[in-house]
Amino acid sequence: MTMDVVQLQMKLREHQAAMFHEGFLDDQFSQLQKLQDESTPDFVTEVMNMFFDDSEKLLKNMARCLEQVPADFQQLDAHAHQYKGSSASIGAARVKSVCATFRTFCEAKNLEGCVRCLQHLQSEYSQLKINLQHLYQLQQQIKAAGGSPPT
Amino acid sequence: MAMTVEAQFHVLAVDDSLIDRMLIERLLKISSFHVTTVDSATKALKFLGLVEDELRTFDTHVASEIHQDIDVNLIITDYCMPGMTGYDLLRKIKESKSLKNIPVVIMSSENLPSRINRCLEEGAEEFLLKPVQQADVNKLKPHLLK
Repeated sequence: MTMDVVQLQMKLREHQAAMFHEGFLDDQFSQLQKLQDESTPDFVTEVMNMFFDDSEKLLKNMARCLEQVPADFQQLDAHAHQYKGSSASIGAARVKSVCATFRTFCEAKNLEGCVRCLQHLQSEYSQLKINLQHLYQLQQQIKAAGGSPPT
Repeated sequence: MAMTVEAQFHVLAVDDSLIDRMLIERLLKISSFHVTTVDSATKALKFLGLVEDELRTFDTHVASEIHQDIDVNLIITDYCMPGMTGYDLLRKIKESKSLKNIPVVIMSSENLPSRINRCLEEGAEEFLLKPVQQADVNKLKPHLLK
């Protein structure tokens, strides 16, 4: 059974609202959407893809820091600082929040805290990615059905 | 019939973060600026024509400043960058005879009064908190019209 454009648009609005409500996204994401127009129709998608690449690289590097004996807390903090910055830039509120906590554990050289934080960060990132990909899929479905995705 | 081309202000944006470069470029372009982005302070200085001397330093007392046609009306730079920071870049620019009159704006994700004061004292026009908003970019044009 095919869903029509109106139903899809409703689903998209609901999904996006839920992402904001649950704190995955904050106002910065809305600001990002405002930067997209007919001349840059893929702007948000491009930035998101960049964020995914950046995230995966940073998470890998952070894991590597924690595998070292002794752990390189200074490098770890530098990664967390970078990740906090990029997540803030795209409106990834929950990821940003965990990064902030991560930095305090780095400063305290708390290995256990850092390990738990990294796991938390990986989990938040996965959830965000799945949710954003679902958002993207809905946008594509709307376009395919001849409609325009609401922002 | 001759066409009149409206002069665009040229902004040099410096940030080591690819995502932030994408954002600042988009924000500046929406405000009708012509934009060049670089990922380091070193590359910014090279672009501005401040070349390294034989000792491979940017010591402005011995560095040669080549005459070049690159017309930059504003420099906007991130504060925290590996190697040369945005603050170091600001100082180099203000120490340079040819570049000191170019307005410099600093961006930072950290709201530290000591950092802000340092930058303003060194001659930065504005200190913007990241993530930078359209409203912040709108504040920049008056600095260019001085």
